[in-house]
Amino acid sequence: MPQRMQLGDAKAAEIKAVSIGKTFGAFRALKDLSLDIGRGEFLTLLGPSGSGKTTFLMILAGFTAPSEGRLMMDGRDITDVPAEDRSYGMVFQGYALFPHLTVEQNIAFPLKVRGRSAADIKRRVGEMVERVGLIGHEKKLPTKLSGGQQQRVALARALAFEPSVLLLDEPFSALDKNLREMMQEEVKRLHQETGTTFVFVTHDQSEALALSSRVAIFNHGELLQVGRPQDVYERPSNRFVAEFLGEINLLPLDALRLDGDRAAGQFEDRTIVLARTKPQIGPKAVAAVRPEHMTIAAAPNNAGHNAIACRVEDATYLGAVTRYHLKTRTGASIAVSMPTVATPPFAHRADVWVSWPIEQGFLLPHQT
Amino acid sequence: MGKSATSRTILLLAPLLLFLGLAYVVPFLGVVRWSVTLPEPGLGQYRAVLTDPLVQSVFIRTLRICLIVTAAVLAMAYAIAYVWVRGTPTQRMLAEFCILVPFWISVLTRAFGWLALLSNRGLINTWLQAAGIISEPLALARNEFGVIVGMTHFLIPFAVFPIASAMRAIDERVLLAARGMGASRSRIFWSVFVPLTYGGLIGAALIVFVFALGFFVTPAILGGGRSVMVAELVYLRIFQSPDWGLGAAISVVLVLFIGILLALMRRFIKPAHLVG
Repeated sequence: MPQRMQLGDAKAAEIKAVSIGKTFGAFRALKDLSLDIGRGEFLTLLGPSGSGKTTFLMILAGFTAPSEGRLMMDGRDITDVPAEDRSYGMVFQGYALFPHLTVEQNIAFPLKVRGRSAADIKRRVGEMVERVGLIGHEKKLPTKLSGGQQQRVALARALAFEPSVLLLDEPFSALDKNLREMMQEEVKRLHQETGTTFVFVTHDQSEALALSSRVAIFNHGELLQVGRPQDVYERPSNRFVAEFLGEINLLPLDALRLDGDRAAGQFEDRTIVLARTKPQIGPKAVAAVRPEHMTIAAAPNNAGHNAIACRVEDATYLGAVTRYHLKTRTGASIAVSMPTVATPPFAHRADVWVSWPIEQGFLLPHQT
Repeated sequence: MGKSATSRTILLLAPLLLFLGLAYVVPFLGVVRWSVTLPEPGLGQYRAVLTDPLVQSVFIRTLRICLIVTAAVLAMAYAIAYVWVRGTPTQRMLAEFCILVPFWISVLTRAFGWLALLSNRGLINTWLQAAGIISEPLALARNEFGVIVGMTHFLIPFAVFPIASAMRAIDERVLLAARGMGASRSRIFWSVFVPLTYGGLIGAALIVFVFALGFFVTPAILGGGRSVMVAELVYLRIFQSPDWGLGAAISVVLVLFIGILLALMRRFIKPAHLVG
């Protein structure tokens, strides 16, 4: 069998999506998506179900053709190249292992397709089995393996032919929490070892933050924001991103004044000072603060901090952190999480002050 | 299952069990008795089954026809099932129509239908002669060929159901995965799709083979007495000769053989997979 030249077989690739759109009948699954995926990066596509993230992954893989826009790889237009010739590695939801083939036959499949020699295949399969820790399971059928082991076979099979891009579609959704964390470590390690470009789809925000070099957040077929985990978490550009990435307190502000890179507004009887994220913000805006950036104390901290008066409604002990639920004077809810060791116990219904450093809060438009 | 659930199941099945007992088991025990008592007590008729050249040739012909029919049915049913499961909506509807309509028409009607097409003065020979392609009619019916055509046509739906059921059970993502790894369409078909339907194929083969072994009407009509199969031989022994003992012994051998095949089938596949 002649060696087939495949796009995916080059070293880590760089992908550029230009104004990609996809419609299914009357439904617009993706709208005008432009995104650069860097060589060797670990990009996560994050969003709720139906947000377009999986559609975009399928377009990257070549299983779905975009309705508009172009897809470029290393400067070449690959929009019309079919999946079998792109030949990226892919790990499917539910793994999609070949149920009639053993572990080693599954891993050998893409190598056989490429017409590699028997000796070459044997060597490479051995390497992959060792790399994902499946020694001793080579002759087993997938049904005889645990979920985590099947996951490892899927990873080994997808990486066996050294693809320049590895696509992962919610690979850990079927695993329990401990196993999921183990596999996350494993995928991170494989990314570092192979240097391949990874594109990972998930709806789990903590997974996205833990794994990625960059996160792309989707909602209703639109790409809302792309950035490093700390950028999207600490400086979300809109309310959807802010709320999707984790719990956040949103305080409506009145009498908003913009002053250089700071903004100030009125909340109840206090002036709240914030960092500005976007210059073009309407007259109505909200102050956004993550619960872990707030602290509770008996007196207001005024040095470089904002402070509002609250009453403790409820405290929940969660081990490392304790979560407080508080109400402001006008009845707005505030959530604060503080390290348990640093927290003196606050009595139920106690009057307290919630403070946070000025640079930790940011301004978001009022609408989502 | 609890005790009451078990007794309820038995109660629900009782009419069927009673009917089978009275209409099949009791008469068959009578047949078994004939086989060891007629014309005299002993196993003489079973010796005859194993040695009589006529009986032997009928058994061999029956096996040959059944094997050819099974192979032909599997090949065609696989193609039809593929269209039925993986075709466009229009193709699926058409396939379903082609599977179900013949299924509803009686075996007798279908055999005569084939006779009208295949006989010496049937449609095919008349047209070919009128078109000047042949001068003498082709021997399409009243021989083994006619029997094979009629039986194959009758048995195709029975094979389509288990094969289609196996095809439906294939996870689409497994096929996508193969494509994503660069496999060509023919490789995906031969090294992923077909192996994943082996269970359905084995089930279909056994069903078709077992049904074919006992065929009576189709070979009797399309074989025209020149291509006698086992069931017809039993009929001839019992109704057209005084040799009831031999006919009974052949029946018993046939039932045992089919019993063994069914036992094998149970080992390989679950009954639920056969009905789709």
